[in-house]
Order: sequence, then structure tokens, then C-alpha cells
Amino acid sequence: MLTEKVKPSASMNLDHRGRDWYTDKAIALLVFVSGISAIIFIIGIFVFITKEGFGFIAGPLNVREFFGSPAWRPTSLRDPTYGVLALIAGTASVTGLAMVVSVPFSLGAAIFIGEFATGRLRETLKVLVELLAAIPSVVWGFIGLSIMNPLIIDLFDVPVGLGVLNSGIVLGLMAAPIMTTIAEDALKAVPDGYREAAEAMGATKWQVIFKVVLPTAKNGLVAAVLLGVGRGFGETMAVLMASGHSVNIPTSPFDSVRALTATIAAELGETAIGSEHYRALFTLGILLFVVTFIINLTADLVVRGVKKK
Amino acid sequence: MVEPTPLAIDIRNVSLWYGDFQALFEVDLQVKRGSITALIGPSGCGKSTLLRAVNRINERLGDYVRTTGEIQVLDQSILGDDIELAQLRRHVGMVFQRPNPLPLSVRDNVLFAHRIHRANEKFNKDEEDEIVENALRRVLLWDEVKDRLGRVATGLSLEEQQKLCIARLLPVKPTVILMDEPTSALDPKATAALEELIWELHGDYTILIVTHNMAQAKRVSEETAFMLLGRMVEHGVTEQFFLAPQKQETADYIEGRYG
Repeated sequence: MLTEKVKPSASMNLDHRGRDWYTDKAIALLVFVSGISAIIFIIGIFVFITKEGFGFIAGPLNVREFFGSPAWRPTSLRDPTYGVLALIAGTASVTGLAMVVSVPFSLGAAIFIGEFATGRLRETLKVLVELLAAIPSVVWGFIGLSIMNPLIIDLFDVPVGLGVLNSGIVLGLMAAPIMTTIAEDALKAVPDGYREAAEAMGATKWQVIFKVVLPTAKNGLVAAVLLGVGRGFGETMAVLMASGHSVNIPTSPFDSVRALTATIAAELGETAIGSEHYRALFTLGILLFVVTFIINLTADLVVRGVKKK
Repeated sequence: MVEPTPLAIDIRNVSLWYGDFQALFEVDLQVKRGSITALIGPSGCGKSTLLRAVNRINERLGDYVRTTGEIQVLDQSILGDDIELAQLRRHVGMVFQRPNPLPLSVRDNVLFAHRIHRANEKFNKDEEDEIVENALRRVLLWDEVKDRLGRVATGLSLEEQQKLCIARLLPVKPTVILMDEPTSALDPKATAALEELIWELHGDYTILIVTHNMAQAKRVSEETAFMLLGRMVEHGVTEQFFLAPQKQETADYIEGRYG
């Protein structure tokens, strides 16, 4: 016989929906909306810049001039030309140099943090690298302008220190922390059993790293580099401040250049909304958007390739 | 005068600490050359620790591991600071609990240690092919994988992977092969195949094998050593060891009163 204590306290209301049920559903909906907001935003942004730039693409855009001419003269009264070749060359040269600076630097840092440093040193370094990634880009631009500039003038005896070299180094140092963090994650994902197996066969630390760890982490490392490229490509403020900002196809590392991003930042505020110049700048935006989208997508696919195996 | 059987491994008075925790207490163990010796005992008794002291793979954990006493492999002391670990591990190979082939092709796995240790010599493809074939034949794997040498080794079955992990040790001609519960990840059929292989290898190689499984110790070993709480309790010829253990703890363990 049931004692008083274990008797059901109420009749069984199996279809009863209390406050908890509604709270649960509401939170689930909220989280769902936050989750898909990324998709909404990215589509929204794409639609907006396409809409603004479309008038230019459909109308005055001359594809051959756009991609083939180095003359970016949107404000010319008599004959405005919209050639982005020099801007592309500017962005490419700065990003390229930035990668030359940051790839060895950040892979080296990732290998040290992931494979050599232990305990407190490792934790401290990781925190510092993440801190470095949080430095605002205008501060990097300031460093380029006020520290690197006189330094380059002094060291190489050139009249101006703002150019490919300056902005490439600044951008390289800027991209290094994020690349280090991602590369280190890739190294950490290599099962320790591989290292142990190789060491037990008599491989030295370097042999383990070069013959086992790096090849295994290859995809993740490529993704790290690609994301660094994407970061360099999209960076605006630091490049604007350190590159000299003159339209020019560079022939030496000391040449001043202008980047796609910096052009938009510097000129958009001075154009009349809806004007040809305004729409041309949005077309640059579309170009940037497409390129960074492709770079990031590639990086993402490369990383997923790792996980599938 | 009868020449004494030379010892492959001579462990004397070895104590080992992980930080403040003492895992081994004055352990002695002599392993005859070419023999198979099984190390048994309940979990945490220090058998794997002892095994991993012989190729000093314990020291991967850093300064935190401290070993005292004396371990000799083929009459050479191996615990000194001047010992080149790469050389030691060339002569003392190891097989792990979980098969851990490298994520390279089957062929590159077999040649991995060989390439590391003989990096200064040039081998042409035919010579390498021969090394690969010999090693894989020796572990009874050649016929199964000869058409898949270029495939990634991590795609093989666990049995094949574990055999490969033995095969990759052979090209550098180790004296001793340490095995740390090499069949614990395998199914019964694969276990039987691996035990057959271990038996097949004895004589040419000295094998020290840690096992959880007393029946396995009986099947594959010539001598058995029993450890408990970091101490060596008893060591003897396998048949007598199981038939007539000398110590009460051994008898209790064999009968399954604990462990």
C-alpha cells in the first residue's frame, strides 16, 4: 500500500504547459534568430553594396578601363577615369609584403608556443598574442606614420618613408597575431600519439615537427595564412596611414601606393550620394567583398577538409 | 665453462617519481636476450611506467619525471645525461596500446625510422622497396597490404595498423621491442593474429610486453614478472610462475582475488 509520502501530489496533467515550457520555447527562438542573423547580415550587406554599385556597373563601367588602366581620376572635371589597376597593385603589393613578413614570423611563433613552450610561459604567450590582435588598426597606422617612417628614411636614405615597405611591415605585424593563434590551434589539433610514435622511433624534436606535425597540420596552416591574407586585403586605416596614399604602380618597395580599401575610406565622404564617383567607389566595395569572401571561403573549406579525414 | 645467457635488459634498483608521487620502488628485472618477458599486474602498478623507462619515453613529460637506479641495455647504461635518446630508441623500439601509425602512406611509415637514422646514406627506390617488403613480410602483413603501399596508413584496420607499427621498427634492426598492451585495442581474432606474430618474432628480438591479460602472458611469454604498487613482486619462468607462484600476492592475483 502506498504511504502518504509517495502518493502523487496532483493528478497527472501530461498536456500541461507551464511557464517553463514557454520560457524554453522563447529562448530557443531567440537563440535561433541570433544564430541566423549572420546570414541575414551578410546577404543584407551584399544587397546594399550591390544596389549602390549597380548603377555604375550597368552604366558607365568600361571593364577594360576599369581593370586595365592605372589612372584613378574620379574627380577630373573634363575626363574622369576609373582605372583600378594601380589600386589593385597597391593592395596586392602591400598584402604580399605583409605575408612575407608575417608568415615566417607567425608560423615560428605558433611552433614555439605549440611545441616548445610549456606551462606558464605558454599561457602567458597565448594571452599576449591575443592581446596583440586586439590593438586597434589606427594605432598600427600611427606606428607606421611616426616610428617606421623616420626609421625608413634614416636607414635607406630615401626622401619619404611611407610606401609599400612601411605599410607591408605594419600590416604583416598586424596580421601575425591572428595567424599565430589559428596556426597554433592547427598544431594543437595534431594528435599527441603521432609525436609520441615518432619520438619513440628516435626522431628529434625538429624531425617530429618537420616530418610529422607540420605535414599533418598542413590544411590548418594554409587556412591560417589565407585568413591572414584576407585580413591584409581588407585592412584600411593602417594602410591609409602608412602607404603614402598616392595612386601608383609600385616599382620599388619605397614607392608610395594606394590601397582599394583606403580609397573608399578617403573618398566616399566627399562624393555626392548617387553620383558616378559614389557608385564607382561602391563597385570597389563589391570587388573587395567578392575577393575577401572567396579567400575566407577557401580558408574555411580547407579547414573543413582537415576535419573530414 | 658455461657462458651465461647475455642480458638484453638489466634493470637494477630503479625508482621513479612523477613529481612527488613515487611510481616505482627499487625495481629489479633481468630480461634475457631473445626472450619474451611479460609484465603483469593490476592497473596503476607501474608496469607501463617501468616499460617506458627502458626507452626513456617517460621523459617526454619533462623534468617532472625523475628516475634513479641503473638500467642497462646490452651492457650499456642508458640513464646517463650523455645518452643520445635518438640512438637509444633506435635500438629499443616501442609498440603502443593504441595503434599509432603516422598519417603517411604505408610505405613511408615503414621507412620512417630508417630514413631518420640513415639520413646520410642514399638508398635508391629498389633498395627501399626491398626494405619495405622484408619488414612487411616479417610481420605477416605483406600479402594484405602489398597493393596498398601508397595509401594512408591510418585507413588500415586496427590489426593491420598494429602490425605496421611493429614492421616500421624492423628496418633499423632494434635489439629490444617494448610492447605496451599491444592488443588492448584489438578484437579477439586480431589479438590472436598479433600474439602469433609476437611469438614469431622472438629469438630475433628481445620482447618486453606489458599486458592486462594473464591468459595472454601465459600464451606468449617465456618469463613473467608480476608487479604490485610499484614494486616487483615475483619474476620467473612463465609455466612455473602460473603453476606454483612463490609469493602470496602473486597467487592471489593469479586467482583473481584482486586486480
